Amino acid sequence: MLDSKIPSGPLDQKWTSYKGHCKLVNPANKRKLEVIVVGTGLAGASAAASLGELGYQVKAFCFQDSPRRAHSIAAQGGINAAKNYQNDGDSVYRLFYDTIKGGDYRSREANVHRLAEVSVNIIDQCVAQGVPFAREYGGLLNNRSFGGTQVKRTFYAAGQTGQQLLIGAYQALERQVALGKVTMYTRHEMLDVVVIDGKARGIICRNLVTGELERHFGHAVVLCTGGYGNVFYLSTNAMGSNVTAAWKAHKKGAHFANPCFTQIHPTCIPVSGDHQSKLTLMSESLRNDGRIWVPAKAGDKRAPNDIPEEERDYFLERRYPAFGNLVPRDVASRAAKERCDAGFGVGTTGQAVYLDFKYNLINKYGKAEANKQGLQNPDTETLVRLGKEVVKEEYGNLFDMYEKITGENPYEVPMRIYPAVHYTMGGLWVDYELMTSVKGLYALGEANFSDHGANRLGASALMQGLADGYFVIPYTIGNYLADEIATKPIATDHPAFLEAERNAAERIQKLMNIKGTQTVESFHKRLGKIMWEECGMARSQKGLTKAIEEIRQLKKEFWSDVRIPGDINEMNPELDKAGRVADFIELGELMCIDALDRNESCGGHFREESQTEDGEALRDDQQFAYVAAWAYQSDSNWQLNKEPLTFEIAKPSQRSYK
Amino acid sequence: MQHYTMNLTLKVWRQKNASDKGHFETYPVKNISSEMSFLEMIDVLNEQLIKEGKEPIAFDHDCREGICGMCSMYINGRPHGPWQHNTTCQLHMRAYQDGDTIVVEPWRANAFPVVKDLMVDRSAFDRIIQAGGYISVNTGNAVDANSTPVEKEKADEAFAAAACIGCGACVAACKNSSAMLFVGAKVSHLALLPQGAPERKNRAMNMVAQMDREGFGACTNTGACEAVCPKGISIENIARLNREYMMAGLTEDK
Repeated sequence: MLDSKIPSGPLDQKWTSYKGHCKLVNPANKRKLEVIVVGTGLAGASAAASLGELGYQVKAFCFQDSPRRAHSIAAQGGINAAKNYQNDGDSVYRLFYDTIKGGDYRSREANVHRLAEVSVNIIDQCVAQGVPFAREYGGLLNNRSFGGTQVKRTFYAAGQTGQQLLIGAYQALERQVALGKVTMYTRHEMLDVVVIDGKARGIICRNLVTGELERHFGHAVVLCTGGYGNVFYLSTNAMGSNVTAAWKAHKKGAHFANPCFTQIHPTCIPVSGDHQSKLTLMSESLRNDGRIWVPAKAGDKRAPNDIPEEERDYFLERRYPAFGNLVPRDVASRAAKERCDAGFGVGTTGQAVYLDFKYNLINKYGKAEANKQGLQNPDTETLVRLGKEVVKEEYGNLFDMYEKITGENPYEVPMRIYPAVHYTMGGLWVDYELMTSVKGLYALGEANFSDHGANRLGASALMQGLADGYFVIPYTIGNYLADEIATKPIATDHPAFLEAERNAAERIQKLMNIKGTQTVESFHKRLGKIMWEECGMARSQKGLTKAIEEIRQLKKEFWSDVRIPGDINEMNPELDKAGRVADFIELGELMCIDALDRNESCGGHFREESQTEDGEALRDDQQFAYVAAWAYQSDSNWQLNKEPLTFEIAKPSQRSYK
Repeated sequence: MQHYTMNLTLKVWRQKNASDKGHFETYPVKNISSEMSFLEMIDVLNEQLIKEGKEPIAFDHDCREGICGMCSMYINGRPHGPWQHNTTCQLHMRAYQDGDTIVVEPWRANAFPVVKDLMVDRSAFDRIIQAGGYISVNTGNAVDANSTPVEKEKADEAFAAAACIGCGACVAACKNSSAMLFVGAKVSHLALLPQGAPERKNRAMNMVAQMDREGFGACTNTGACEAVCPKGISIENIARLNREYMMAGLTEDK
């Protein structure tokens, strides 16, 4: 039975009451307790730093060459917080409500309310660390708006917010390394969780430089290993982002929740050819100032600037007048796909729509600047020039990035964009304390499932990663470790450690012994194609059933014909990748099974069988208001556990952005 | 954009591990699209090598969006290749023509030993940050964010310095393998903000001391670092570092 351990009491008192009553560990005992943190993105770096500051002995692991490389760094647009600095009606309740509604009523109220509460502390903490957020001329913090909301609550640092927040957390982490409270292991990959008497007590990892396996003990293990978007091969994730740590935890007893909830982001640079290795996001914040359109006539091949205003279809503004270009991501993505499938797409592949800045460049920024400078009746050229300067400050790095990739100048020509896999709302099931279904094993940030339901709102991933790491785990882990103060460190020659290490070694050996003919990359691409076609923006019973069959076939083929060059006891990136792809294949199967089970449309999960007459998603609260938590039984065999979702405050309604 | 395909000759540094001496190997690559990124071109070559039963080229890369700072190739004598304000992962093949020869090496600096092929060990940068590249504020210590106004100009300057991605191109470009641009960027980022003021003296002194311990060379103001920096970090940050270091030295209470 799943116990989410949600504290009793009114929603807005739960976290306060929890903090007031949870067990504490005294400073002398904290020094004796060891905590393993895997992953050093926003969640991992902030958790490792905060736990080190509290006095725990922390070991932190990352597969990159430095903790500062984690993919949180690539987040562009911003971070939400209910500061209400703009006096536009924001509050903790509004942020909570928007997040629940944006997640299409598939997340837990208590977790989300806590997230909204601590959001304000995150901004304070980051500013104190020296994170250079954008400011107004008066020296105070600036905000921008983001999709799915009607207030300006997003803090940002040009288009590099993730970078600045991660560097803040990284610096806090390195400070603890210098103080001897955190030991950092870079170029290490976690290959298993060690469970002793039902509790997580350590990990097995591989030193990626020497190929050696290592055993590490911890009184608790905290996984902050990010999402699994790379199961689709093409995504906005980094090349190294993978599900391996979470998947190993899953196979050791941690339930995997809502695996099919993946977010397809509407504004990414379209695929240019078969060589494509990854996709690049253009921040959602661009939808504040860019208008999305396609030609009103199908198959119109004219250059975008030659298509007159009246022959353009601003389809988001047309379909969703209340939110227009700022509808949530899943809605915007599907609308773009619908237009392209109907033959209105642009670019060489027809799989793209325009994101056009010209209107706001002139009317919003140009005119405001002209006013500020006291220019009377400026001509369009002047307005464009003035507007460009402002836009450059807001999004300059994104425009440059677009130009480098496509060779086109987005100040002159509208961007071409298309949806791409971006984020995974599903992840390891955790309770209110962020503990998985294995005692002493925690999952934070994108690696868990808890806060975003079936769809994440923009600028909320950074918020959740830092909330979990800075402000949640420091309290909740104490509540567990308080009962562990008598537990002496377990020697890593304990049979459970040796067995876990042996299993990891055998698997590596097995992979190397296949000596087949096909590359790891080619398998990954094929998996990605199956997932994108059948478990992507639209899913159906027929397609998913077919996909499950295909993935099982692919798995057989992988384990009999993959070719991995090089040796085990050396730096071998192909071997690293092979292990990750093998896990992605297994996860892909579970994602399709979960998508098949959920015969409703909600958030990023669109089942073709469940839609309204005009093609909008149709949720089914009667049957599907639950978290699907899958327990691993054996190969290709999972058991579904349902955690019912109840909504006391934010009463479910059919989402409408019209 | 006009797209085209090309055939190229690659001369790539191969080195099995840190103790191997290393050597160049020449590889022909065919049918490369001008729309590919440089790393996608290397991917194509690696797939080809694996099929031929050879070892693929090891190289560092992760985000492929020019922000994580992991990619690190020295291409035809220039870190990150020919484009201004650019990382290797964002370099696209339209920078090259059919028939070109491209030489690819790892970063060369004593403080960045080669791990394998084109991968180097940049942990020296982490240790410099450990020496003082932070503001000492424990989680929970902070006051309300808007209680500390920061002049917009200063905040923008701090942001420009904080844009450093820690890739090490500055070191690779410098004939002295100096890390002054990297250290200058971090010291500037924190010194320009009121939050960084209490620790500014120790920070400058300790980070410079660590930089020296790691074996990075001295700065002789040639500006090669600024010219290749993918994030356009200004050499003014080195001047600011020198001022911070001098002031700290002159006013040390000992």
